[in-house]
Amino acid sequence: MIPEFGHYALILAFCVALIQGVLPLIGAHQGRREWLVLARPAAQVVFLLLATSFLILAWSFYANDFSVLYVAEHSNSQLPVIYRFGAVWGGHEGSLLLWIFLLSTWTVLVSQLSKSLDDFMVARVIGVLGLITTGLLLFVLTTSNPFERLFPAAQDGRSLNPLLQDPGLVFHPPMLYMGYVGFSVAFAFAIASLLSGRLDAAWARWSRPWTTAAWIFLTLGIALGSWWAYYELGWGGWWFWDPVENASFIPWLVGTALLHSLAVTEKRGGFKSWTVLLAITAFSLSLLGTFLVRSGVLTSVHAFATDPRRGIFILIFLALVVGSSLLLYAIRAPKNTMGGKFSLSSRETFILLGNVFLVVAAGSVLLGTLYPLLIDALHLGKISVGPPYFNSVFVPIMTPLLVLMGVGPWTSWKDSNLMTVVKRLWLAGLVAIVAAILIPKVMGDFTWLSSMGFMLAFWVIASGCLQIVRQAKAGLPTRSFIGMQIAHLGIAIFVIGVTMVGAYQEEKDVRMLSGETVSVGGYQIQFQGVSDEPGPNYRAMRGTFSLMRHGKVEAVLHPEKRNYFSSTMPMTEAAINAGLTRDIYVSLGEQLEDSAWAVRVYYKPFVDWIWGGCLLMALGGLIAITDKRYRVKLRKLVA
Amino acid sequence: MKAKFIIPLILFLVLVGFLAVGLNRDPHEVPSPLINKPAPAFELPQLADPKQVFTPASMKGQVWILNVWASWCVACREEHPILIELSKSHAAPIIGLDYKDKRDDAMALLANQGSPYLLAVSDANGRVGIDYGVYGVPETYVIDKNGIIRFKQIGPVTMELLNQKIYPLINELNKS
Repeated sequence: MIPEFGHYALILAFCVALIQGVLPLIGAHQGRREWLVLARPAAQVVFLLLATSFLILAWSFYANDFSVLYVAEHSNSQLPVIYRFGAVWGGHEGSLLLWIFLLSTWTVLVSQLSKSLDDFMVARVIGVLGLITTGLLLFVLTTSNPFERLFPAAQDGRSLNPLLQDPGLVFHPPMLYMGYVGFSVAFAFAIASLLSGRLDAAWARWSRPWTTAAWIFLTLGIALGSWWAYYELGWGGWWFWDPVENASFIPWLVGTALLHSLAVTEKRGGFKSWTVLLAITAFSLSLLGTFLVRSGVLTSVHAFATDPRRGIFILIFLALVVGSSLLLYAIRAPKNTMGGKFSLSSRETFILLGNVFLVVAAGSVLLGTLYPLLIDALHLGKISVGPPYFNSVFVPIMTPLLVLMGVGPWTSWKDSNLMTVVKRLWLAGLVAIVAAILIPKVMGDFTWLSSMGFMLAFWVIASGCLQIVRQAKAGLPTRSFIGMQIAHLGIAIFVIGVTMVGAYQEEKDVRMLSGETVSVGGYQIQFQGVSDEPGPNYRAMRGTFSLMRHGKVEAVLHPEKRNYFSSTMPMTEAAINAGLTRDIYVSLGEQLEDSAWAVRVYYKPFVDWIWGGCLLMALGGLIAITDKRYRVKLRKLVA
Repeated sequence: MKAKFIIPLILFLVLVGFLAVGLNRDPHEVPSPLINKPAPAFELPQLADPKQVFTPASMKGQVWILNVWASWCVACREEHPILIELSKSHAAPIIGLDYKDKRDDAMALLANQGSPYLLAVSDANGRVGIDYGVYGVPETYVIDKNGIIRFKQIGPVTMELLNQKIYPLINELNKS
């Protein structure tokens, strides 16, 4: 019975979401107060219903109810409890439910934290979010019902894909979706402003913390996914330019552009049409990403079973949502007045340039991702686009962006004297050049690419440090300022990590007998042997390796080769000795003849800086949203 | 309405058009002009021992499978266990064509995940891939006793394809 309640809650949620989507919008248009005040309660009811439905699905997993088809397909009685919970979003139906649940979570947050906004604006924002919720609920109910029954019930479930049985993967989708879905708030604000014709600084000030919050989640979600790929695929790579990875990265790039553009709109009233377009684009790309992942038009490891009905539904939904938004934009945006004038050497110019590079980068990643599909649709053949394209296109676009990042924060709004900026920045330039020459020398191998990477990273770091010192002398800087500096520092740290790994990682593939030693990056790794270890739902071959330096044992590593009972594919669990300046990564390959094993050993300098940089970016965003000017509003709200 | 504000809408509609067409086409299904044509000859170093070369001519007289793969190819990882299955069935030997790949990476993958291949050859610059009209990785060719290509699969081989198409085809080709 219980799963039926979940299904019923979903149907009710659909009905209420329809009210939430339609009545407040009409009410705001016709000035009917009794209709537009429905927005908040409707949003809250939808949230409660979806939470109920979501908890029931989670309970079905917890209770091993294999009469629910979705549970039988993605769980198993031997699956540890934490992964049973993670399995709720391990497949198509559940992850869609999670998507919608998070959407309504954002909606409720907006409805609670918007008390100081006027009712018309709130009604429109919640209405737009309600329409999106309605569309997606219709999708779930008609094509992807997670509560579908299986009669007779399965004896046991098929279990979760072993690749997904990992703590990182339990948290990766919710984080990523929070980010994806969070852009819907900026989108709804943009649409509401277009509808009311009030595109002003207040609108930007309202959208900004919401956009930053979504961006933080997206940053963390992407970083988590990348980290998972690094240690779980047994491969040592951290980014593959897979269509699904790209689908999350493209909105991130546009979202980053939006953050900066919103700053201009808030402070200077400029770039209004552009900012609105970015807000629409960021969310549209999130929807497009969902379409690409869910419809199976592109081949990817992440692609779920494809059902043509699903693809068509999402495409129509995408066309309606994005098409009508862009039509509204085409009609309303030209009415906007230009913001304040600015000169060629102002902060506005630098932000605009940065925006252009970010959008071009997003466009080229999108092109690469969709290219196979476009070529196929034009009957020109079938192709696949791999990392060589993305690397050769992406790096040259990012280079000028990093240069701009060092200069932009120094400029002032409206107009600034570039000569004074240059005078203040000569020291940063010097540091960058010294780093570009020195670090490759210290690491022992000079390549132009790595030299450039260090130059750009240290340019950004030195410029940031100089500015922090300058600001600190003038008094305590604002949190917005600190947040920006930390986020920019995060980018520099990230670049250092990428450059170091790209240029100086060492890898060795060896055949090892017990007692043999292999050396990599100044460390010796001795193979002690392999033993049998039973796990909860797998059997593992567990290797033991001693990590030694100068003859002293520093750590013992246990890479595993796991055979899950539910799968034929052996899984590799790499053992990683992580450190601030290097990871030692050992992964166990196949057993060869006479008790020898194939072993893969990596020395990865500064690899953790890649994710450390992402964490700093997210932290920067977090500090920025706690800035005084947003808190004032919150305090008012509590009072 | 100013013209420049409509541009995003127009771009989007074009994109939707492409997506709609794309939806109706299976990314795995590609007609190949090479079907029923002799498999192009090549001479490539073997992955495990680059001093030795492999030519398709050495497979004459038996039905065999050519699988194009690479360590950087994510879809190949999905396909890998199926190929292992195929090799265990001893239906036909599989030759792996390692396409535009680094030798170390490729060797590591095989060491890690097991090798389904009788042997693998290295097509580092993708020359042979051009002759075979490789659109993307992975691709799989079934070649008969006389060296004629009888079937081509673009994208990963699935269990379903194996049972419904590839095994019956190999049986039939072995009889003739």
